[in-house]
Amino acid sequence: MARLSIPSEANTAAWFFLAPALLLIGVFFFLPVAASLVLSVTDFDLYGIADPGNTRFVGLQNYSKLLQTPDFWAALRNTFYFAFVGGPLTIAVALGAALLLSSKLVRFKGFFRTIYFTPFVTTLVAVAIVWRYLYHTRYGLINYGLSYVGIGPIDWLGDPDWAMPAIILMAVWKSFGYNMLIFIAGLQSIPEELYDAAEIDGAGPIRRFFSITLPMLMPTLVFVSVVTMIGYFQLFAEPYVMTQGGPLRSTTSVVLLMYEEGFRWWRMGYAAAIAFVLFVVILIATLLQFRLQKERA
Amino acid sequence: MGREGEVVSELIPAFEKEHPGIKVEVQQIPWSAAHEKLLTAFVGDATPDIAMLGNTWVPEFVALDALEPLDSLVARSTDVVRSDYFPGIWSTNVVDGATYGIPWYVDTQVIFYRSDLLAKAGYSQMPSTWADWRQAMQKIKSQMSARQYPLLIPITEWRPPVILGVQAGSPLLRDNGRRGAFHEPQFRSAFDFYAGLFHDGLAPAFSASEISNLYQEFERGNIAMYISGPWQIGEFTNRLPKEMQDKWMTAPLPGMNGPGVSLAGGASLSLYRRSTHKREAWLLMEYLSRPDVQLRFYKLTGDLPARREAWRDTSLASNRYAQAFREQLDRVVPTPKVPEWEQIATKVFEYGEKAIRGRMTVEQALVALDRDVDALLEKRRWLMSRRKLATR
Repeated sequence: MARLSIPSEANTAAWFFLAPALLLIGVFFFLPVAASLVLSVTDFDLYGIADPGNTRFVGLQNYSKLLQTPDFWAALRNTFYFAFVGGPLTIAVALGAALLLSSKLVRFKGFFRTIYFTPFVTTLVAVAIVWRYLYHTRYGLINYGLSYVGIGPIDWLGDPDWAMPAIILMAVWKSFGYNMLIFIAGLQSIPEELYDAAEIDGAGPIRRFFSITLPMLMPTLVFVSVVTMIGYFQLFAEPYVMTQGGPLRSTTSVVLLMYEEGFRWWRMGYAAAIAFVLFVVILIATLLQFRLQKERA
Repeated sequence: MGREGEVVSELIPAFEKEHPGIKVEVQQIPWSAAHEKLLTAFVGDATPDIAMLGNTWVPEFVALDALEPLDSLVARSTDVVRSDYFPGIWSTNVVDGATYGIPWYVDTQVIFYRSDLLAKAGYSQMPSTWADWRQAMQKIKSQMSARQYPLLIPITEWRPPVILGVQAGSPLLRDNGRRGAFHEPQFRSAFDFYAGLFHDGLAPAFSASEISNLYQEFERGNIAMYISGPWQIGEFTNRLPKEMQDKWMTAPLPGMNGPGVSLAGGASLSLYRRSTHKREAWLLMEYLSRPDVQLRFYKLTGDLPARREAWRDTSLASNRYAQAFREQLDRVVPTPKVPEWEQIATKVFEYGEKAIRGRMTVEQALVALDRDVDALLEKRRWLMSRRKLATR
């Protein structure tokens, strides 16, 4: 690798220009992160707010307690369920929609693009409330539709086995539009000649997809899947509004658990420990994704 | 807070007229944000002089040392007459022997029921013991279709199992709030009764968010009984059609072996320790505690007055739906006065839900509940042991 040598005076200038940004990042990012790391080894809580003397240094006890709590493992399982089922599903739907909208056969492309993108820019809380009505067991539109094809009423949000699929369905609908736009941009950058050449060589549409579209889209795919995963690991508002984490905690995500511990019960030390565990989980998942994509490339 | 915040502004002008030197500034905050806002105000050293406080929050704010004890002020006051308050309600404000709040309005749970459906099953009034209550529900159920239920208690609410527990004589917590007492026989018998209601199909396993329109279900006869608080009187009166109005009634809760207790709820007025206008603030608290002002407040909000004298007024004495509350209020008990209570209460319904849905047996659920509650109270135990050492 060639090393760039930079004259020292340019270095000083660079620092000078970077200083405002670094200062802001330091004060508003690294400082709070460091503070919550400190918080996570204490039992700071409501009593600690009353009198700082009521706070104990507990070392890694918050972490060990967390790993022994069934609620935490349930939350982690729910989060993984959401990310690993909802994530790929979102990407698949987004890619499918992007391919359809890039096809020469489709008309009114602008119209459909807007329609598909609209859910993404709609307020999540409002959307979640509407979906709660759609999912209603007795009066909901979804069960009404299903009854016509002979499927009995499903207790979407009240049955512990159906609640997470219901939330995933809504999340996919809500967020695939954004990924779709990125995929469309990626598709447009694939040179048309490649397809022409492949067609002359006798490659069918499926072969063309796997030999040209997918490899050429790989950088886009990496970007989309990393961003989607990181977002999905932070699942919060959907269950917070629709199910409050129930029934039977089947939709409690790690972030929801953290919120409850921190801002509902004011056990800030414990909540900070949850935040760090989530950070580690996301870090590992992201590194893993990069590794996988690199191997395939 | 909430509607009360809007209405109290209408009561202030008369007070300011009585005390020309005092200017009252009212700040309204929605109920949902109130708890957090008051805590942040405490941390930011910006607490108000007086605040309305849900009376289950009192122990928490006492633990923060945010509130002023009021006993000496009450002793000297002619407006705040302790003996005129419902004892169960008053005691929610007493923590370790000191009083930290004056009850402003009261709240408790009673049964709202379809009197016509009960009559059809052969009952002229609501039964008063668990056994009779259960039998009545079974009779009503036998006259209902499969998806109709005699009783609705959302399984995501902690009050019903807790009320039943207290009725069965459970202290809920033991050793002065150091540990849970849910695995003991009293709570166990209540929990069996509670879970049995669901197992026998007398109540549906619905969470609160699954009930789209309670009043419609009630009107259609899909539900015959519902446990709720005083604000529902207004809702039932306004939302049920006219021809339904003589088909519903309220009744005090049945108990294990006779009329049962319910929980002491409501809101109190509290004085903040850091207030610089304590004398003036107390004058306002006295003013708001007067029976005539309480009555005006009731007429504006529908919130039931804390003063028994106010209940003698015809507007309340003639409200037939309010009578069950009047009777119940003589039999109310506070929830355990520990700051962790609300979190413990959440655990109670979560384990209740597990037992109802068959994920755990009643035995397993109660053992796990006590284990969780003991873990939640660890900090409290530590603080109590340390405080004892300090005073020695």
